[in-house]
Amino acid sequence: MLIGRIFDILVAGLLMGGIYSLIAMGLSLQYGVARVLNIAHGEFIMLGAILTWTVYTAFGINPLVALAICGPITFILGFIIYRTMFTKLRTSSPSPAVFEANSMLAAFGLYFIIENIALIIWGSQMRGYSYLNVGVNFLGTVFAANRLVALISALVIGVIFYIILIRTRLGKAIRAAAEDSTTAGLMGVNINQVLALCFGFGALLAGFAGVLVSMCYPIYATMGLEYTLIAIIVVVLGGLGSIPGSFIGGFILGLIGSIVSSWQPSLAIAAYYVLFMLLLLVRPSGIFGK
Amino acid sequence: MNMTTFTSKKFLVPWLTSLILLVLLATAPLYISSYNIILVAAIVMYIILTVSWAFFSGPTGYISLATAAFFGVGIYTTAVLGKALPLLAVIAAGGLVSFVLALIVGAITLRLRGIYFAIFTFGLVELIKHVLLFWEITVTGTRGRFVVLVDNITIYYVVFGIFVLLLLTAYLIRRSKFGLAMQSIGDNEEAAAHTGVNVTMVKILTFAVSAFFIGAVGGIMATRWTYVDPYVAFNPLFSFLPVLMAIFGGLGQFYGPIIGAAIFAYLEELLLTKFPYYYMLIFGIILVVVILYLPDGLIGLMQRLRQRWQKGGLTGKHANT
Repeated sequence: MLIGRIFDILVAGLLMGGIYSLIAMGLSLQYGVARVLNIAHGEFIMLGAILTWTVYTAFGINPLVALAICGPITFILGFIIYRTMFTKLRTSSPSPAVFEANSMLAAFGLYFIIENIALIIWGSQMRGYSYLNVGVNFLGTVFAANRLVALISALVIGVIFYIILIRTRLGKAIRAAAEDSTTAGLMGVNINQVLALCFGFGALLAGFAGVLVSMCYPIYATMGLEYTLIAIIVVVLGGLGSIPGSFIGGFILGLIGSIVSSWQPSLAIAAYYVLFMLLLLVRPSGIFGK
Repeated sequence: MNMTTFTSKKFLVPWLTSLILLVLLATAPLYISSYNIILVAAIVMYIILTVSWAFFSGPTGYISLATAAFFGVGIYTTAVLGKALPLLAVIAAGGLVSFVLALIVGAITLRLRGIYFAIFTFGLVELIKHVLLFWEITVTGTRGRFVVLVDNITIYYVVFGIFVLLLLTAYLIRRSKFGLAMQSIGDNEEAAAHTGVNVTMVKILTFAVSAFFIGAVGGIMATRWTYVDPYVAFNPLFSFLPVLMAIFGGLGQFYGPIIGAAIFAYLEELLLTKFPYYYMLIFGIILVVVILYLPDGLIGLMQRLRQRWQKGGLTGKHANT
């Protein structure tokens, strides 16, 4: 009985962790490479979720098809935002530290703008739709099929993305920019373009995560900030700039969340912060950090 | 114009303006209605929050997003102790609890890199909010608390008193050895440490002093609401508004944050009543525009305009802007 319960908690943690991983990988690209601590990250997740809800209820479009709609929208949005706002800030900031501080504050502004436009368009009520809401027997425990679909999609997206990063020329440029963006620029990498692409990819992953979130959890215009904070915690947990670190960190946080929730659901968020604070004190470079 | 009148004028004008403004503020209840006096109190409250924030974050360069945490701690102190102690003691208690909290937080975190400090302090607001919610739901079984009511004039004078105390403290510290140490940390932390400044100590103490004033003003403003719960008390907006107001005014000068907060707080009251739905949207747009185009704030803008005007005057050409 006890073993069965532990198993339930582990599976729930893994299912949650898949989405956390995706969210954190996106922020890892934006903060680890493009040096923007994007407080508006969660807003792209919200956009992905709320757009999926809109196309599902209005046109009956399958959420998995919505991935192909929401991803490009958030990508273009992220790319344009970086090219206009953050490139200007980066070139006008006297030092990287100043850029980090200023871009974080600008991202806060972005967060207020996107969230309130969404509030004006969609209102503040909670929404949700029912997709694949049937029980599946997964390794001996019963779970809603949509969560399983979300986990598998997250894994597939994460792996594809990792392969792009390791195998392609663009991936090499991104990794070089993460190492040292100035030197990468000197080596012939079009740094403004690559950083904007990174930011766009971060938004793309957030949009994907939003689609998956919308299958399993309630959707509302102010849902973003919670996911942003989770993403920040996972990125610090996995180590700044480490994409595999963020991927694995997401599952670790998912497990911790499900363990604490099984004991006291209202303390899950508080537990994340305690973990985050302990981490900053003991090992600020993260598990996979240098 | 000879040199002596020039310097005396330079020193006299700001002093006289501040004195006149303070006298005007002190006598405000005589000619402002009881409803509007609360509006003035709210503006002074924002000035206190902004000046306290800039007092720590301006010279040291660490962006603190813990303002809402200290503010909320002050609010909750009043909610808990309000009926047991006299008003001034309650407010001092709110300040002291914030002071101690800042000492602890500062001792733990001020070794961190700047950006981590910002995230950590923001997390602190959410952490306290969630722990309080948990506490209220599972231990006391209540949701929120009722606060003792205080009349508007008393609220106004307490806020004004805190403001004067803050100005005095900031002024005295700026002129002291401690203030110089703070300035040197902002210029170059490593060099300051090498010349014998106890960097961590100075940072922690400054952080705690600024938290004291934020907690105290939270303590008095709590009496404006009849009812508080963790969501009302720990509203993250109170962490961002001071940052925005200070940058809006300009961090380079002591009076920059004061001017920024005064203008912005007035705008806020205006926008909130006229466009309640668009208020936060406008707030976000202003934040982005200020960071992109006004890095030195209004003060910097004014100085630039004046320089351009003077240059135009000297060469006999008018700047075509």
